[in-house]
Amino acid sequence: MEYIIIIVSAIFVHNIVLSQFLGICPFLGVSNKVSTAAGMGGAVMFVMTLATMVTWLAQHYILIPLGIEFLQTITFILVIASLVQMVEIMLKKVSPPLYQALGIFLPLITTNCAVLGVAILTVQRDFNLMEGTVFAISNAIGFALALVIFSSLREHLELMNVPKGMKGVPIALVTAGILALAFMGFAGMV
Amino acid sequence: MNQWKNFVKGFIKENPVFVLLLGMCPTLGVTSSAINGLGMGLATTFVLVMSNMSVSLIKSFIPDKVRIPSFIVLIASFVTVVELVMKAYLTDLYAQLGLFIPLIVVNCIVLGRAEAFASKNNVVSSVLDGLGMGLGFAFALTILGSIRELLGSGAIFGFSLVNSGMLVFVLAPGGFIALGYLIAVMKKINKA
Repeated sequence: MEYIIIIVSAIFVHNIVLSQFLGICPFLGVSNKVSTAAGMGGAVMFVMTLATMVTWLAQHYILIPLGIEFLQTITFILVIASLVQMVEIMLKKVSPPLYQALGIFLPLITTNCAVLGVAILTVQRDFNLMEGTVFAISNAIGFALALVIFSSLREHLELMNVPKGMKGVPIALVTAGILALAFMGFAGMV
Repeated sequence: MNQWKNFVKGFIKENPVFVLLLGMCPTLGVTSSAINGLGMGLATTFVLVMSNMSVSLIKSFIPDKVRIPSFIVLIASFVTVVELVMKAYLTDLYAQLGLFIPLIVVNCIVLGRAEAFASKNNVVSSVLDGLGMGLGFAFALTILGSIRELLGSGAIFGFSLVNSGMLVFVLAPGGFIALGYLIAVMKKINKA
């Protein structure tokens, strides 16, 4: 039952992008086409889950036993940076077309606040490893969901008559706000 | 470019939030009130100045391949300093800003300026660039925070002006909408 609450809460009620404000940069930057959005969502899902698992292990088996919790920020970001580097190398070997499609976005996942944010949140909320992993996967699904919905909205916006001053980022942000408003309807579900 | 222009560009012409569209996460996340926006802006400015300065100082000693990871370690160290100082001396603000303080590490502005400017310029220019960008960021956050606080709860910096407001502006959707219109206005001002 606990897990269902974690999953529903992370995907809908406290959606990482639309409610927690994490991962906005890729949300605005990669959401021009549904295909890139889906690719980015998948990559983030992979990195976020792995990163949360490894940082959880680092926190509980290295930082706490040695009493060096204040090194949390440095440790976590180094773990994430190395993971992204590894994913890049792996993707290049395993699936060159996907690597080409993601292009510059892959190294950008390192600076994705959502990945570091979820890692820190997992530790802050005192989840065990299993709960933390489920939490990470759910948040990643929520991120991918918001990203894909938003990108299809933006594709529609391209064909609309937007006033000149609002074209591009301004109207995208207002649309994101309305999407966030819609997701607020899930509040109270959990 | 001369040092004055270097410093001032971060405010309007190359404002990190309104023009470069960087650092969006804290911009939306902490601007539910003006004082939070200002606090976050100043904390980020400190990290920006210190990291730009250090990167510029040791840029000739860092091998190109480990450039980005070394920048990240430097930035993370300064963020840890800010975190601990705020936890000790500014506990209320620390509690309000919560998760977003360690997230300064992944603020695209900090890594972006280190990579784009500090690694290629001398210490004085880098410090001024960091200071200008940081204060421009703080400026943007304070304005957005004031607008959201004013529209959302009728107060500004805690001083109550009107009795009520539209709650939506203090919440997530309002943040997106307010920022969207603010960027549109800033684009118009920049053109003029």
